[in-house]
Parts: sequence; structure tokens; C-alpha cells
Amino acid sequence: MTPITKRYEVSGDDFTHAGEASGKVKTLLKQIGYHPDAIRRIAIAMYEGEINMVIHANGGFANVDIYPDRVEILLEDTGPGIEDVDKAMEEGYSTAPDEVRALGFGAGMGLPNIKKYTDDMRIESAVGVGTKVYMTIKGQ
Amino acid sequence: MKLREVIEVLKAEVINADNLDLEIVTACGSDMMSDALAFVKDQAMLLTGLVNPQTIRTAEMLDIHCIVFVRGKMPGADMIELAKDRDIALLSTGYRMFTACGRLYAAGLGGGCDEN
Repeated sequence: MTPITKRYEVSGDDFTHAGEASGKVKTLLKQIGYHPDAIRRIAIAMYEGEINMVIHANGGFANVDIYPDRVEILLEDTGPGIEDVDKAMEEGYSTAPDEVRALGFGAGMGLPNIKKYTDDMRIESAVGVGTKVYMTIKGQ
Repeated sequence: MKLREVIEVLKAEVINADNLDLEIVTACGSDMMSDALAFVKDQAMLLTGLVNPQTIRTAEMLDIHCIVFVRGKMPGADMIELAKDRDIALLSTGYRMFTACGRLYAAGLGGGCDEN
């Protein structure tokens, strides 16, 4: 089945606007009557990913494919990449600067939260090239 | 607990609220938005000392319908607009976080966890 496909640019310039793409996806999913529990998990996971892109990678792109039974999200950036993905997945591990902590993030919960709220998550990252975060959330 | 009772218990100033009969089922207090994103359940209210637009966005993602700013903090006009657009009520209380949470808990509002 052909999915509903959306692509959003996530600006890396301004932390104020981080989360706009996730908000739009949430609104869209509500409008089309998607499964309520899935909407919440999709919104949280994508929001954490969006925040990460703004904090670490100066923005990027969010690609969202909405199928009746699942939503697939790819967040891609051309930032510095993640040196140690396993380490980055540990709760509490963060390389975010102090000014990000002052904004309520950078507690080392972003990637663990994405894993918690998705049914499948995969990270491809190369230092100096960028990062791709794939996530799938089932619709039921 | 209805929003009007929350306002009374916290002696809160209403910044933005359309429905004072809004039912608040649980609450959580955090200045770290990732913690809120990790642990908050449905129909909750967020108490926080964090004043920036990501507070509103976090509430949006979590379906939180009310945010209480503690320690007398007040959001800026951009945050108020964002909250109005998302139908999120905003209150401000002069109580510090511990006291604000304690007063609500003593008045019967739980934390939404198994241990409450």
C-alpha cells in the first residue's frame, strides 16, 4: 500500500523551533484518525530525535511514511556523527553542552527514550559524515 | 481534581485557561523535559521551573493539558501564544517546586505511578 509520505526540514539555527515537525506529524495523524496510543509514541520519539538533530547536528531532515499498520521515520543529518553508538544509547550518557541542559535537555535520555517508545530503532552513523536514525512504530 | 481546585491549592495566577473544569488526573514535577518525556502518563499536569518554548512542545507531545510554572516564573508572549494554539492551560505559582507538589499531593492529586 502506498504510504502518506512527508518530508520536513529541521532547522538547526534556532532551538525555539525544534519540535515543529513532530507537532505537524502529530496533528496530521490526529486528523486522519490514527491509533491514539501510537500517535503519542510517534510524537515523543520523533520529538526526541528532532531535538537531537538541533543540539548535535545543526538540523537535518525528517522523512515520515505513514502506513495503516505502522509509521516509519527516518531522521537524517550531516552532523559530526556518533563516535560510539552503544555508549550513546546508555541512559544518562550525554555529550550535550551545558547550555542545552539549561533548556531542559541533554540528560542522556533522548536515544533511550526513542528506543522505549518505538517498536524498532536503528542508527547508522559515521564520524564526520552524519547520522541516520530509523524508527518504526506499529499502528496498533 | 479540577483545574479550579489546582488554582486554589497553589494560589496560582492564571495565565491562560479556557476551561476551569478541566479534570487533572495526575501530575509530575520536572525541570528536565527528557525525564518528563520518559515517565509521564496520560492526562497529566506538568509542574516546572523551565521557561522556554520547549516546555510547551513537550506538553504538546505528551498530551498534557496544563503547565504550572513554579517559583513565580512567567512565560513570554511567544510561549503563551504557542500554548493557546495547542489548547494548553498555563498557571504560575509563587510556591517552590517541592511545596507546590506537596500541596497538590496532600490535596489528593497522585503522581500516576504504581506507588503513586
